[in-house]
Order: sequence, then C-alpha cells, then structure tokens
Amino acid sequence: MNASYLPSDYLPVLIQLGLALGFIITTMIVTHSIGPKRKSQKKDDPFECGIPVEGDARTPISIKYFLIAILFVLFDVEVIFLYPWAVNFKGLGVTGFIEMVLFMGLLLAGFYYIIRKGVLKWE
Amino acid sequence: MDLTIFIVKSIIILAVFGISLLIATYSTYVERKVAAFMQDRIGPDRAGPWGLLQPIADAGKMFFKEDFIPAQASKWLFILGPALAMLTALMSSAVIPFGDSIRFDNYDIPVQGIEINIGVLYIFGVVSLGVYGIMVGGWASNNKFSLLGAIRAASQNISYEVALGLSIIAILMMSGSLSVRAIVEQQAEAGFLGWNVFTQPLGFIIFLTCAFAECNRTPFDLPECETELVGGYHTEYSSMKLGFYLFAEYINMFVSSAFISSLYFGGYHYPFMEQISNALTNSLGAVTGHNVATAIGTAAFFGKIFFFIFFFMWVRWTVPRFRYDQLMNLGWKILIPLSVLNIIVSASGLLFNGMKYASWLIVIVATVLAIMSNSRAPKGQVSPQRS
Repeated sequence: MNASYLPSDYLPVLIQLGLALGFIITTMIVTHSIGPKRKSQKKDDPFECGIPVEGDARTPISIKYFLIAILFVLFDVEVIFLYPWAVNFKGLGVTGFIEMVLFMGLLLAGFYYIIRKGVLKWE
Repeated sequence: MDLTIFIVKSIIILAVFGISLLIATYSTYVERKVAAFMQDRIGPDRAGPWGLLQPIADAGKMFFKEDFIPAQASKWLFILGPALAMLTALMSSAVIPFGDSIRFDNYDIPVQGIEINIGVLYIFGVVSLGVYGIMVGGWASNNKFSLLGAIRAASQNISYEVALGLSIIAILMMSGSLSVRAIVEQQAEAGFLGWNVFTQPLGFIIFLTCAFAECNRTPFDLPECETELVGGYHTEYSSMKLGFYLFAEYINMFVSSAFISSLYFGGYHYPFMEQISNALTNSLGAVTGHNVATAIGTAAFFGKIFFFIFFFMWVRWTVPRFRYDQLMNLGWKILIPLSVLNIIVSASGLLFNGMKYASWLIVIVATVLAIMSNSRAPKGQVSPQRS
C-alpha cells in the first residue's frame, strides 16, 4: 500500500465514468429506436388506476418531508465533522475524545429539542 | 502511473464492471428462484436448462418494448432519472478491493479498480447521489403515485444515511484510514476473531439495517410499495428505462453486499489464510503461489458477497413491510442515538487500554433489558380487548 497519493491515482474514476456513461447512452438509444411507438390520447395520460385524471402532480406536499430534508443537512454535516476525528483518533487521544464528546453532546441536545418539538412525529 | 499499470487497471475496471452487471442480471433469476423455493414453487424453468437463460430473455423483452413517455411528463428529466440511478449504481463498485494483488515480474498490482485513500467517502458520496435518480424520475413523471413514491424514497434514504454514516465511525477509529483496503488489512491483523463483525456487533447491525433501507429493499421498500402506490416512483416507466431502475437496485444490492463483506467480514481474508498462503508460496514459488493465494482470497470474498445477496432475498420473504411512521421512528429515534452511543462506548474502550470489544457491552445490556421488559410485560395482550 502506498503512503502518498498522486492526482493520477484518481484517473481510473474517469475510466469508470466513461464506461458507465457509454453503457447507459448506448442502451437508451437502442431501446428508444427498436421499440414500437403507438400514441393515443388516453394512453398518454398519467396512470390513475383507470379513473379520469384530476389535475396534475405539481401539488403541494406535506411539510414533514421538507423538515426531514433540512434536518438531514444539519446532521449529515455534523457526521462529516466526526470523520477526520475518527481517522486521527489514536493521535488525538483523551483530549480529542473529550472535545468530541462535548460536540456530540451538543448534537444530541439539538436532537432532543427536535424530538420534543414533535418534528419527527408521524401520525 | 506508467502505461502498463494503466492498462492493467483499465482491464480490472472493465472486469469489475462486467462482473457487477453479470451478478445483477443473475440476481433477478436467483431472486425468483429463492422466492419460489421459499414458497414451495418451482420458479422460472422454461428458458434454457433450469431456466438459466431467463435473465437474457427478460433483457431482450425489455429492449423490444415501447419506450413510452407520457404527454404531461418533463421529457428530458424523465430520461435523465433512470440514467442517473444506473450511473450512480455502476460507479460505486470501483473502490471495493476484490483481492490482495496480482504479481508480475516486478509489478504488484492490487485487484481493485481504484485504490484511493478516501474509498469510504467515495462510496458514500456516490450512493447518496443515487437518490437524485429516483427523485428526478418520480417528479418528472407528473403522476401522483410516482411523486409520492419519489418523496418517500428521498426522505427514507436521507434519514438512514445519517445512521449509516455514524455506524462506521467506530471502524474508522480502529483502522485510522478511510481506504477500504486499509480497513480490510487491519481486520486481518488479529486473525479470524479480529474481524469487525466481532469487534463491532452493534455497528454491524445498524449498518445492515441502513443498507436495506438505502437499497429500498423489503422491509423498507415503501417507495415502491405496490399495495399503496401502484409501482411507486417507476409507475410511468417502461422498456429499458424501467429496466434501469430495477437493475440499479440489484447492482446496489451487490455493491452493498461487497461493502458489508469488506467492512465487517474481513473482505478477501479467510480463516488460516496466512498458513495456506505460506504453503502455496513454498510449493509453487513466490510469483505463482502468491497469485493462486490471491485467487483463493477473491473466491472467498465472492462467497461472502453471494451469502449477503442471498440474505437480502431471504429477508424479503421473511419480514413484512414497515409502516412509514415506524420506518421514520426506527431511523431517527432508535438507530441514530444507538450509533452515537456505540461511538462513545467504543472510543472509551479503545482509549482504556485499547480494548476493541467494548461494543459488546451495549449489546449485552440491550439484550438483558429486552428480556427483562419482555418478562415484565403482562401476558395475554396479544388478543385485542373488547370494550
């Protein structure tokens, strides 16, 4: 295992990306061109279990989902802060651990507040 | 990086790419066979011997179906959705170490597409982009069922991602590196019992649960739950676009099985590997012996992957689907606090004379608490009481 990493070590990511893109684009074009195409008024409507279509799907949705998304942004950023500490855990020792426990305590305090506010309550 | 290594790398990437497509294709067949076995049926048996050509027949059928785009849909986003889902699924297999290394005259090339020091972050990054594929596709369909499925999927995936990220921090503390290969090597140091599944049982359970939720597999398949949402986010899709969504799910299953095996089950290591490897190098010579030992390790790794793919299917026919509030409560109120607790206990254990097995403490306490609360609960509450 080499200790230092050069930018060229990341080059295979591009190979993989190229392969995946090539596969997807080819498949999409092929399946688009060899299938049959028949259009009709009823068939082009969105599927609603056979009843007449009422409006479209550009409707407001429950605020719960947006709250979850906002909470995710907050918590995921805090999780990412934990990663550098975890990697350097042995070097930072007890001091680092105490600092991180304080950090996680703040995180959990916020978490407790969210639960008490009823943000995560789904009925 | 000189040209020879570059070419060998490209060949390895091509092989990994092909293998993940092949395994995903045959997972559809195995899933149907396993389902049939569990339900005492025969399963697909018409195309080829034992129905072995069934996946090829399915793929052919999907190619020749009509590529349907609803009139109200946003056309380009509708095409982009499955393409994104497939792209992220195909990209994630690159950093998984499939074996030790292949030895040429003077080269030592690891059996791994991309050997980078941020492998774990790479996988998390690519996997979390996968939710865009579902979200974009479901929204672009302009269908209410698709929209509901897409929103459920997005909300579920991001909720479980927090716990997923927290659950492996204890592993990173032990390995001190974000490279998947370094994590695999670190597990082998203490032999068979040093595998992370023995040092981090709680982290393993949390990770496994989150992996099920991230792959949208039963019992967390609410985004495509057919009793409520017709087909979920892919209701309006047909032909190979639908195929891409289904295929991406199987590739994700393969990648998460491989990731679980390398994080918790020692990757390409197996019990008594050292002795077997030494015996091979002594009898076959340094180069051939090493390569044969690598091949055995890779075979062991694929054995673990296949077990976990089977496990995914086994659970599908064993556990019923969760309700949406139960899913959210499990993710936020149980898994996240548990994984924070796991981090703190494991960290204190490691600081306190480097004890790796501190996580067992939580498991034992949790088991005792569960037994106690079970024995204290009043009997006969199973039947609903009439007023």
